[in-house]
Amino acid sequence: MDLTQLLQYNFIQHAFLAALLMSVACGITGTYIVSRRMVFISGGITHASFGGVGIGYFLGFAPLAGAAIFAVLAALTTENLTRRKILRNDSVIAILWSLGMALGIIFIYLTPGYAPNLMSYLFGSIITVTHTDLRLMFALAVSVTVTFVLLFKPILYIAFDEDFARTRGIPVTLLNYLLIILVALTIVLSIRTAGIILVLSVLTIPQNITNLFTNRFGRIMIGSIIIGFIASLLGLVIAYFFDIPSGATIIFTLVVMYLAARTIKVLTFGRSKYSHNTAI
Amino acid sequence: MNKPLIEIRSMDVAYKKQKVLRNVSISVFEKDFIGIIGPNGGGKTTLIKVIVGLLKPTSGAIEWTIERSDIGYLPQGRQLDDKFPISVKEVVASGLERGLRMGIRSSIQERKKIDEALERTGLTSLRSRPIGELSGGELQRTMLARATVSSPRLLVLDEPDTHVDNQFEMELYSLLKDLNAQMTILLVSHDIGTISPYIKTIACVNRNLHYHSSNEITNEQLKIYNCPIEIITHGTVPHRVMKEHKQF
Repeated sequence: MDLTQLLQYNFIQHAFLAALLMSVACGITGTYIVSRRMVFISGGITHASFGGVGIGYFLGFAPLAGAAIFAVLAALTTENLTRRKILRNDSVIAILWSLGMALGIIFIYLTPGYAPNLMSYLFGSIITVTHTDLRLMFALAVSVTVTFVLLFKPILYIAFDEDFARTRGIPVTLLNYLLIILVALTIVLSIRTAGIILVLSVLTIPQNITNLFTNRFGRIMIGSIIIGFIASLLGLVIAYFFDIPSGATIIFTLVVMYLAARTIKVLTFGRSKYSHNTAI
Repeated sequence: MNKPLIEIRSMDVAYKKQKVLRNVSISVFEKDFIGIIGPNGGGKTTLIKVIVGLLKPTSGAIEWTIERSDIGYLPQGRQLDDKFPISVKEVVASGLERGLRMGIRSSIQERKKIDEALERTGLTSLRSRPIGELSGGELQRTMLARATVSSPRLLVLDEPDTHVDNQFEMELYSLLKDLNAQMTILLVSHDIGTISPYIKTIACVNRNLHYHSSNEITNEQLKIYNCPIEIITHGTVPHRVMKEHKQF
C-alpha cells in the first residue's frame, strides 16, 4: 500500500492532525521549558499525572481528566514549595514524580479486571486519538499560542532574569503560575500521543535541534514546531510500514534527526557555537 | 532641601532569619551620586534590593517619591544563564517594561531609546548577538544599557565594575559622570577609590549605615564606622592608604 492510500484512512488523518497540534503546543512550551532549564520539573509533572490516570480507572472517569488534575496539582505544588524555599527544588520534583507513579500503580491494581489502554498512557498512541482528544488538543494549541504571542516579551524577560523583571513591575509570580499550568496541560494532552514515558522528548529534542542553528527564543519556538511536526509525520509513516509502536518511532526519529543536525552543523559551521548567527 | 527620592528611616532587614541591616536611615536626594562601600557580607546588596523593591524591611520604613519604573537597576553579576536564547537588543529592551504589557514588537519610540542605549554603551555592532557570545565586559555593558535605557530618575548599580577590564572601567566611570547630570546614582563598589572624584557622597554599610555627605573619607572615619575596606587610588586622586581592620 502506498502513501496516498494510507492518507485516506480516517485514523491516519486524525493522527496527522494530532501530530500537528502536539507539535505546536510542545514546540512553544518546550522552548520555555528548555530555555529556563525546567526539563526535570516537567518530568516530575509528567510522571505525577500517572496517579490521576490510576484514579480515573479506579473511579471510572476519563483517565486523561485525572491526569490533568494531578499534573496541575503537581505543577502548582512544585512552584509553590520552590518559591517559598521550603524544600529543595529537585527533591520536591522527585517526591511528586514517584508519588504519582506509586498512586497510579496502586489504583490500577485495585481496579477490578484488566486496565485497557494502560500501555497507551505510558507510551502514547497517536493512531487511536478520538474526536474529543482532537478538540481538547486544538483548544490547548490555541491557548498556548495566544498566550505566548500576547505575552511574548514578559515571558522572555521573566525566563531570562526574574528579579530584574520584578523591578520593571511585571507580575512575575502570577505569570510563573500561569506558565507552569500551561506546561502541565501541554504535557497531559501530549500523553495521548507520546505517552508519559516519552513526552519529555517532544518537549526537548526539537528545541535542541533548532538551538543548534539559532539562539533566539522566538525562532526556536517556530523551528521546534516545524521539526516536531516533520518528525511526527516521518515517525508515523515509518511506524505504519514496519508495524512498530508509533510513539517510540517518533522519538527515535527525533533523536536521529538531532544526530543528523549536529553532524551537519559541525561539518558546515565547525564547532564554534552559533558563529554563523552573529552577523544578522 | 527638596523632598528625597527615597527616604529610609530606622530600617531593619532580616534575611533567612539573620538580621543583615540594623537601624539604617538614609535619604537619597535628586542628582546625588552616592557610593556605597563596606565589607563583603555587610549588607550592601541587601540595602540595594530593598531600594529597588525586591526585599521588604522587617521593621522601620522606606518611602519612595518616585515610581518603581523610574528606577534603573543593574544587579550584581550573578550567574545569569549564558546559554539562554536572548540577544543583546532583547535584554536591553527589557529595561523599558512597565508592568504587564502585551505584544511582540517595540514601538518606534522604544526602538529609538534602545538604539540610544546601545550607542551609549558601544554595543551597536553587537545588538543581535546572543548573550552567550559576549565577553564579561560586553555583558556588563549590556546590563548597563538595560539599566539606563528607560532614562530612569534613579540609577542603582550593584558592583558594575566586577569582571570588567580596566579600559571599560574607566569608560564606565566617565559615562556615569555624564549620566549623573540627568539622574541620581547609587553605586555599590569594592573599589571606591577609583571613582571617588565623581562620587558626591559616601555611605558605609556594615550591618548599620554611616552616611558621609562628602566624597572625602579618612582612615579614622572608616575605623569609627567599622568599615574595613581597601581604598585603591591612582592618578590625580588624593591618595589614601587604608590599614587592615579587624574583622567582626
